[in-house]
Amino acid sequence: MSDQLVALSKVNKHFGPLHVLKDIDLGVARGQVVVVLGPSGSGKSTLCRVINRLEPIDSGTITLDGRAVPAEGKALARYRADIGMVFQSFNLFSHKTALGNVALGPMKVRGRAKADAERTARELLDRVGLADKADAIPAQLSGGQQQRVAIARALAMEPKLLLFDEPTSALDPEMISDVLDVMIELAQSGMTMIVVTHEMGFARQAADQVVFMDEGEIVERGTPAEFFDHPTSTRAKDFLSKILAY
Amino acid sequence: MDFVWDQRELILEGFWRTIQLAALAGGLSLVFGTLLAVMRVCPIPPLRWAGATYVTVVRNTPLTLVFIFSTFGLPRLEIRFSFFVFAVVALTVYTSSFVCEAVRSGINSVASGEIEAARAIGLPFRQTLSLVVLPQAFRAIVPLLSSVFIALTKNTSIAVAFSVTEATSILRRLQNQDASATFPLLIVTAAGYLVITLALSFAFSRLERRVAAAR
Repeated sequence: MSDQLVALSKVNKHFGPLHVLKDIDLGVARGQVVVVLGPSGSGKSTLCRVINRLEPIDSGTITLDGRAVPAEGKALARYRADIGMVFQSFNLFSHKTALGNVALGPMKVRGRAKADAERTARELLDRVGLADKADAIPAQLSGGQQQRVAIARALAMEPKLLLFDEPTSALDPEMISDVLDVMIELAQSGMTMIVVTHEMGFARQAADQVVFMDEGEIVERGTPAEFFDHPTSTRAKDFLSKILAY
Repeated sequence: MDFVWDQRELILEGFWRTIQLAALAGGLSLVFGTLLAVMRVCPIPPLRWAGATYVTVVRNTPLTLVFIFSTFGLPRLEIRFSFFVFAVVALTVYTSSFVCEAVRSGINSVASGEIEAARAIGLPFRQTLSLVVLPQAFRAIVPLLSSVFIALTKNTSIAVAFSVTEATSILRRLQNQDASATFPLLIVTAAGYLVITLALSFAFSRLERRVAAAR
């Protein structure tokens, strides 16, 4: 892979006695969509969170565009501004409108003028299908709408990379497809994405690379076709037989 | 009762001082209490310890002692102000510790996911605090602050013992002039405090309803 955007090398992370990430090596090329699968507790959310250092790591290196993740302070804040993150529980700022949520980062982190930031924010809300909800506060929006605002908020920073930490796990079934539609559109537009999810359909359709984790290790990786149709490890076979049973 | 009516100007003057004490100490306490709360949640351990120590010491000291320290202790350090200023200092020092704990409880009520989201879009600690955490914290603690400021208003009466001519000291002075007026004076003074605190409660409950709509 010549045009590597993200590279993790020998990354280890413990929570107390629990070894949640074991010697993780992972490379993500520019424009690639990597879907991380695995049973709960396998370390896939932690993998997502260490990349923008919401969790510090114990050893190993993580680089974005060839630069190592800064440890603390202003440099870390600037680094995070280049990485969008979408959370399972949306985490919209509950005292701000949808528009306010999306425009906050560009105004306060990028220093853009209010009118300018709000114009872009409206375009992004339109892109996620919520142009008419600009003035709604999060409590007035459904889960699926909140998550789409959260995606617009991440996009407003013009990130080099988008991280999705189980973006549809807290949603009702009929809202999941609204969010997945937006994510598919993003993948097709060339956004580099790392997506932790249980949505196998999304993985099949959008992923360039599937990474299967179990007990803190990357057990298997490959294209969606390889992984879903010809899994090699017993753990992956087990996992797939369980989730595809119904 | 005639005596009370004759002295209405003096009584109102006393209450005006009470209001001045409460407003000045209230405003300053809000500023210092918020700073203390920020110290108590900031990532720098010495600041956290300093904030916690301040609150533990001051909140557990009787207000009268704080007044004694302010009025008699500061002049020993060659710091000389009027008794009124000493009273404002004492009330601010004391009330800040309560405001701090109220603000801190508000900060703790902000969803940790929102703080992570703020960090994830690249906001540094200070902006995370000023743009995301504190606006929500203050909305959450309006009822708590109402109690703190009502307590402050009544606490201003301690200043009577430290030569400030606020409402309670006027009560005392007039009582000495006409002992038979003691009871009417007491009632009028109590009613005066009630007017101030009810006005405060009313203002805060309106504020509470306004911010509730925006939450």
